[in-house]
Amino acid sequence: MDLIQLSSRRDFLKHAAVGAVAASVVAHEAVDAATAPERKHHWGMVIDTQRCVGCEACVIACKLENKTPPGVFYTVVTREPLPGGGNDRPVFMTKPCFHCEEPPCVPVCPVNATYKRPSDGIVVVDYDRCIGCRYCIAACPYGARSFDFGDDYELLPEARDTVSPEYKQYRVRTPEGSPVGNVRKCTFCLHLQDEQGEYDREAGRWPACAKTCPGHAIHFGDLDDPESDVSRLLRERNAVRLKEELGTKPSVYYLL
Amino acid sequence: MTLKRAFWAVGLIGLVPLAIGLYLRITTGHELANYGSIVPWGLWVAQYIYFIGLSAGSFLLSSLVYVFGVKRFEPIGRLAVFTAIVSLLLALFTIWMDIGHLERFWHVFVYPNVTSPMAWMIWLYTTYFVVLLAEFWLLMRRDLVVAKSLPGWRGLAARIAALRARGDSDASLAADMRKVKVLATVGVPLAILFHGGVGALFGVLAARPYWHSGLFPIIFLVSALASGGALLTVASAVFQEGWRAHREMIIDLGKIVLGLLLLDALFQFSEILVGLYGSEPGYVASLQLALAGPYWYVFWIGQVAIGLILPILILATRLGRDPRLVTVACSAVVVGFIGVRLNIVIPGMSVEEIAGLSGAVDDPRYRTDYFPSAFEWLITFGIGGLGLIMFGLGEVFLPLSRHLPARQKPT
Repeated sequence: MDLIQLSSRRDFLKHAAVGAVAASVVAHEAVDAATAPERKHHWGMVIDTQRCVGCEACVIACKLENKTPPGVFYTVVTREPLPGGGNDRPVFMTKPCFHCEEPPCVPVCPVNATYKRPSDGIVVVDYDRCIGCRYCIAACPYGARSFDFGDDYELLPEARDTVSPEYKQYRVRTPEGSPVGNVRKCTFCLHLQDEQGEYDREAGRWPACAKTCPGHAIHFGDLDDPESDVSRLLRERNAVRLKEELGTKPSVYYLL
Repeated sequence: MTLKRAFWAVGLIGLVPLAIGLYLRITTGHELANYGSIVPWGLWVAQYIYFIGLSAGSFLLSSLVYVFGVKRFEPIGRLAVFTAIVSLLLALFTIWMDIGHLERFWHVFVYPNVTSPMAWMIWLYTTYFVVLLAEFWLLMRRDLVVAKSLPGWRGLAARIAALRARGDSDASLAADMRKVKVLATVGVPLAILFHGGVGALFGVLAARPYWHSGLFPIIFLVSALASGGALLTVASAVFQEGWRAHREMIIDLGKIVLGLLLLDALFQFSEILVGLYGSEPGYVASLQLALAGPYWYVFWIGQVAIGLILPILILATRLGRDPRLVTVACSAVVVGFIGVRLNIVIPGMSVEEIAGLSGAVDDPRYRTDYFPSAFEWLITFGIGGLGLIMFGLGEVFLPLSRHLPARQKPT
């Protein structure tokens, strides 16, 4: 066999290999694009810090709705004293998951257990797949994720029988079964969506924190719908998102 | 002799906490651990990167013998590969304890996510593990065939471990070594990639300024080499014939460790200088925790005094010509790097990502301060003891520092 033939065969193999890789990537993306459901909504929140009184009703409502155990919080209220103000008029901030458009928690998951729902942008966790490595907690710049250590509220006699409606899975809490040992996070109460993935504020099918807020500080809605409360507020008021510099594009805005 | 006896004693005592820890881990899950949702990774993750660094480091040093043909280090070649296997097993065991669902470890193989550095790391070290085992078996093959004729349980063990291999000629040994060279050559980029991958796992997280540096994967590699080299030196001084038989080699290893240690110190210094000077709040807060926080001694005493200054004082001076002192210096490096690993993992997370996050709720899982619980220490010491026992078994069963003579008369 002469040299030219050898090198051309080697070239051919090389090109074939590169071609195969490229083709499989393209095919994979094409399949993804064809099978992914169309984006119907972009659920988000606009939180008015002027209206928040720091009562933490949202934290309690969330706990009651999602039956989260001790150590698991889907939202918390931080309290930031203004400079020189001491305890006078601090800035309160309720902080659910921001359901980022570019969520840093998603690409790092080794088993694809956490993902952004293509239909409405809600970032979810597949409890049956999650191995509990907590890499997503490390990757989240907003402290929005908790690990379920299996702790239970001691004063609740029925703690072991708690049923959480999360993800419409109605799991009965047991010491060893998921979501114990999983990472958990705010779902925008997606279990309150109907079959079509729609919320209904009038019927009470609305994220628990937004529904409960006595000061009407938490506004929820479709950021893609120009007529929604949230879109209107974003047009009319000055809104900020946290840590914009990280490029995460949060779906939760704060009005100052 | 007494040193080896102490070795076994500590190892066997270590099995007690391991048994208790394992029992608690299985019956109570993570409830007794002190990490939480602000500091989600603790002692075990630090221990994992510590062991996995030792594995990558000692394997890369074995390539001096099997890839680059440095004859001087021939006697520790097999010991280096064995050390790499033991450290890797300890690392994998530790991280297995750390995941939330022990029974789901296989998910990483069937549901892999191509964008996750953790997934890259897992595939790479799985491949690395296979290469390691194949290389080690080939390195031992001729001796196992020879040992088949030994009476009693040693012969039986050799007959099982040799699989169906036969042929104990010098020619077959040479053939084995050619295959070993191929495997070792494949292993080098694998070890670099997978340990660089462990560094990348931390480095890619923009959410954690303390880790988010291009230098991170490189620092991981250099510190793996320094700590792995040090462990290898200690092992070759204690193992089988010990330091008396390997005087020159241990002194040479000491010089290599010194070089790597200085390079590592340079990188660390650069990282700290740039971080402090840049005064990005998140970064500076983490550095302040490491350097002047409640656990300042991990850095100043563990990392700097024990892990850096003491070994340099020995290895860079005339003291470095005594193999016993070189062993002491390298033991100090092995201990000091525990501090390095702790100070990578914990200060990076002990800082609030959002001001007021940990004060927002009164919950032990929402705190920035972290100190391992008794349960975590039990597992940690237990796995350390397990490591000593695995080394001990290697000492008894495997002729690591020399090949057996081709024909051995049954005694």
